[in-house]
Amino acid sequence: NTNVSCFHEARRVAIFGGTHGNEMSGVTLVNLWIQNGKEIHRKGVETKPFITNPRAVEKCTRYVDTDLNRAFTTENLSAPSGDDLPYEVQRAQQINEIFGPKGSPEAYDVIFDLHNTTSNMGCTLILESSKDHFNLQMMHYIKKAIAPDSCPVLLTEHPLLKYSTSRSVAKHPIGLEVGPQPQGVLRSNIFESMRVVLKHALDFIELFNEGLEFPPCTVDVFRVSEKMDYPRDTNGNIIAMVHPNLQDCDWEPLNPGDPMFQTFDGTTLRYEGAGTVYPTFINEAAYYEKQQAFVTTRRETLAAGAIKKT
Amino acid sequence: MEPVSLPALSRVAICGGTHGNEMSGVYLVRELQRQKLEKAGSATLTTVISNPRAVQVCKRYTDMDLNRCFTDAILSSPVTVATPYEVRRAQELNTLLGPKGKLGAVDLVCDLHNTTANMGLSLISYSVQDWVIMHIYRQVQRKITSAPVRFILLDLPLADVYSQDSLGKHGFSIEVGPQPHGVVRADIFNLMKEAVDQTLDWVQCFNSGSAFEGGEVDDVYTFVKSVYYPRDPETNQITAAIHPQVQDRDFCLLHPGDPMFLMFSGEIVKYEGEEVLHPFFVNECAYYEKSIAFHLARKMTVTIPPLQVKRD
Repeated sequence: NTNVSCFHEARRVAIFGGTHGNEMSGVTLVNLWIQNGKEIHRKGVETKPFITNPRAVEKCTRYVDTDLNRAFTTENLSAPSGDDLPYEVQRAQQINEIFGPKGSPEAYDVIFDLHNTTSNMGCTLILESSKDHFNLQMMHYIKKAIAPDSCPVLLTEHPLLKYSTSRSVAKHPIGLEVGPQPQGVLRSNIFESMRVVLKHALDFIELFNEGLEFPPCTVDVFRVSEKMDYPRDTNGNIIAMVHPNLQDCDWEPLNPGDPMFQTFDGTTLRYEGAGTVYPTFINEAAYYEKQQAFVTTRRETLAAGAIKKT
Repeated sequence: MEPVSLPALSRVAICGGTHGNEMSGVYLVRELQRQKLEKAGSATLTTVISNPRAVQVCKRYTDMDLNRCFTDAILSSPVTVATPYEVRRAQELNTLLGPKGKLGAVDLVCDLHNTTANMGLSLISYSVQDWVIMHIYRQVQRKITSAPVRFILLDLPLADVYSQDSLGKHGFSIEVGPQPHGVVRADIFNLMKEAVDQTLDWVQCFNSGSAFEGGEVDDVYTFVKSVYYPRDPETNQITAAIHPQVQDRDFCLLHPGDPMFLMFSGEIVKYEGEEVLHPFFVNECAYYEKSIAFHLARKMTVTIPPLQVKRD
């Protein structure tokens, strides 16, 4: 197969931490690298560590006015700038100016956005487009490098569920979601595994920039399917918890009839979908207010063609 | 030991949401209210959401930590326009459940908490000579097998006890972890519910005249000191994470020379104390603002006397 997609050198790479101010691995890593960037230095690559939401980081809270990782909509980015805009919308406009503009040739080549979750998702890579062969090849490389440890890939390409992330400003956006870790807490094991994944990602970029051709490959992904809310009463109060059998079982099959929620007085509520799904983001603290107990996914294999630099 | 007889516990209070993001207690109190549980045998049951404003915004507190506001000094301080919300609320709760130290106080306060630390089920109080509390602990420890059950003593004179449980004639906290703040886990909720059920069960048995035999209770831990995060002297940033050999190993042994912190640069910071102690509240989220990585405790066994309700 002589079909090789050529991409420009990935010369400008950013590493975002603190998009949510209480997700501590990314905040800590980025602050470390701002002080001393030796670890993230790669030949021929400009790697810029950056705290995206400094006010939220200072208060150790997810956001100040509104979720920064939902703020990069076309509407927000093109709105006239002003102090009356929510803090995170102003911030999104600033970030778009530095690392974008989103969708333009001047935008950064790659942005890694570092996140933590209270869900038991391990080291998850988040992919926004099934057609981004550069990202697919990078994820394939990372998965091979950390084997036998696993690195699930969550594909958020979905007409309704896809959201406008800070990383979406770049040509190749990559989300790193590592858990489980409580908000506001720094766990050594979670911190070190995020560090290792990033190391492999930067190695890939260095190899790519040196001219290495990556042959065609396939990547198993989990494509996001449906958002599942907690059962609620007529006043909107939660009346059940994620069932003990489902809690911590991210990426494991959930079959019709399997326990899904447990009411506070002990009754089991079961999954009544048509087929087997793979839940993730199970019991993420930040999603109670977004009406999400977990999200279902379906397994898919994506093919990436060979790639090399132009 | 000589048998002890104590007055019946006719008024019991269960408090949740003292910290607004510790969700098991919030949901458990709401569930008790939904079930309209107002009595435990002959005892009346009061259920309280202690810090409703903090619960509303799912934060530990709004102005200051409510569970540090129950010292005699703070409870009697004059209220001005500048008084933090939690101080006013503590004084309200003192009227509702106290007055602390006085005859009108409720007989038993049980305050519900969660921690991000891997502490299983811990009962926390400020005295190991409150025989009501020690017998409740013994029952809970005997009856609950799904998680480790321990007792933590914060030894302070009553006037200086800052926690809400000191409002009652007898009081203790139920601390269950690990659970992230803002999250309700079914296993943690169910464990807390079991502990509350056993507590109310004991109260009913006690009130109806059961004799509880004396003996020894173990797994009692006394607070000795706190261990702080290492910081860069110039930037004041934390420079290490709690070492993987201490993380999640609450109540295990820490020997002199054992690793405590793993620096981001890769070096290990070791425990340099002389006494073998037990870490607890290891990596509790709320303690970062005080720079506390964990507390250290000494383990002991306590002898408790036979106990029965005092008949008039």
